[in-house]
Amino acid sequence: MITFDEVVKVFPGGSAAVDHLSMELPTGKITVFVGPSGCGKTTSLRMINRMITPTSGRVLIDGQDVTAQDEATLRRGIGYVIQHAGLFPHRTVVDNVATVPLLLGSSRREARRAALEVLERVGLPQSFADRYPAQLSGGQQQRVGVARALAADPPVMLMDEPFSAVDPVVRESLQREFLRLQAELGKTIALVTHDIDEAIKLGDVVAVFREGGRLAQFGTPRELLERPADAFVGEFVGRDRGFRSLSFDTADSVPVRPPGDAAEDGAELVLDPAGRPLGWLGPAVGSPATPVPTGGTFSSTDTLRAVTDLAISSPVGIAVRVGPDGAVDGIVRHHDLVDHLASRRGRSGAERTA
Amino acid sequence: MIDYLQRNQELVLEALGEHVVLALLPVLIGIVVSLPLGYLGVRFPRLYQPMVNVCGILYSIPSLALFVILPVVIGTKVLSPVNIVVALSIYTVALLARTVADGLRSVDRTLTDAATAMGYRRIRRLFGVELPLALPVVLAGLRVATVSNISLVSVGALIGVGGLGALFTRGFQLFYAEPIIVGVLLSVLLAGIADLLIVLVQRALTPWARLSAGRV
Repeated sequence: MITFDEVVKVFPGGSAAVDHLSMELPTGKITVFVGPSGCGKTTSLRMINRMITPTSGRVLIDGQDVTAQDEATLRRGIGYVIQHAGLFPHRTVVDNVATVPLLLGSSRREARRAALEVLERVGLPQSFADRYPAQLSGGQQQRVGVARALAADPPVMLMDEPFSAVDPVVRESLQREFLRLQAELGKTIALVTHDIDEAIKLGDVVAVFREGGRLAQFGTPRELLERPADAFVGEFVGRDRGFRSLSFDTADSVPVRPPGDAAEDGAELVLDPAGRPLGWLGPAVGSPATPVPTGGTFSSTDTLRAVTDLAISSPVGIAVRVGPDGAVDGIVRHHDLVDHLASRRGRSGAERTA
Repeated sequence: MIDYLQRNQELVLEALGEHVVLALLPVLIGIVVSLPLGYLGVRFPRLYQPMVNVCGILYSIPSLALFVILPVVIGTKVLSPVNIVVALSIYTVALLARTVADGLRSVDRTLTDAATAMGYRRIRRLFGVELPLALPVVLAGLRVATVSNISLVSVGALIGVGGLGALFTRGFQLFYAEPIIVGVLLSVLLAGIADLLIVLVQRALTPWARLSAGRV
């Protein structure tokens, strides 16, 4: 657990960069610091490994004040990943990754062995080990950056905009892999980003900062989207936050009807012999000769967001649910979905007053 | 000319050997002195500008003047080779201290910052990260200093210690072109070889530098 206790940072000649920050980052979870630029999120991150010293207040890791330890020793126990990876251009990939084990006193051979293991963990083939950073793509460099932070197996990792310098497709795959890795490793991670979508996607907990280095809200992504603390957070998390928050519910809570009920909307679902959907017929789609494709199906493990999207994009306003074998086992009509969403809102309202 | 070389082989080789020592010993001394000086110029930014100024002034002192003044200042004999070595060491430091400082300053701050955040202490970071990254700049300065020293040694002949320069004075005294030509050729050849050696060392030590330049 990382604790910020009334932390204040005032840079010389400036106003407060961080203003009485108190929060607890849970052990083994990803806590994302998010906010507009100049809101003190990176400053706060860098106070954890003493790259910046608080003006007042304390930062504690597992109850121990970070200033109680020698700073180099403290830092060797905290993984650190930055934007653009910050790899040493004069060292090969394996030597970059071996950096912290060597600092901790491992022999050259041990350090390299540890480095090779970690490289494999982050999905880089051994053939990359002897290349120099300049020979890698941005995404590959970032993977090496993560491997370098993990090499000495630190319990805590700090990540400063780790995925912002790569293109969206690569970012997506790096994020996915990062979550897979974290599921295996369970590190206590503090991650800084300016991208609220990334925060929602990666964070177990999200700390929203506002200008002047104040904490605007600290909570799970779901709480942020459904119950923003104030107008600032509401605006920051975005206009379609209602729609995005549907990602937190699974489709199994949505009531389904038998496929025959589509007749009420003037539509008929045509199935193949195995019971899989072929498409829609009937007046609702203009009585065509061949079925109009459904545009997709969902299963009970999909999110409520997927169901809503299907119902909106369906030619007849009906989402089709299939079982594990791909056969249709029910439909969700537009109206039913709206009723379900309304009752869901009623529930979360009740939670709020409770 | 071949004829001259054959007849004076011993004399020429001796001059060449003296030239190499007089030029390269100051390079070594210069490196040893410049590294800490250059580092101080970066570690304490307020020292940088004064250091650059002093280096500029030192380098602008005419070599002959320095050769003549030094015995008075450091108490050596007028004809001592130590004068040449000290003078050229001063020039080397004047060139290299600034180069070392500029090389260290050229290192990307995000890299030194990342190194610190990973748990490097200052001195280990200097030798493990900053100096290796400054090497391309430092070695470029070293090439200039080395070639410059090799040409300056000859001036020492005017005060009696000058390696290949002795061939020039001899040629002038005897109105005889051959020693002068041999001296010039060997001096140029020596500078070329020394420069090439440094380039080869640079290639061996910084294979990454060419990659970075090509890619980014």
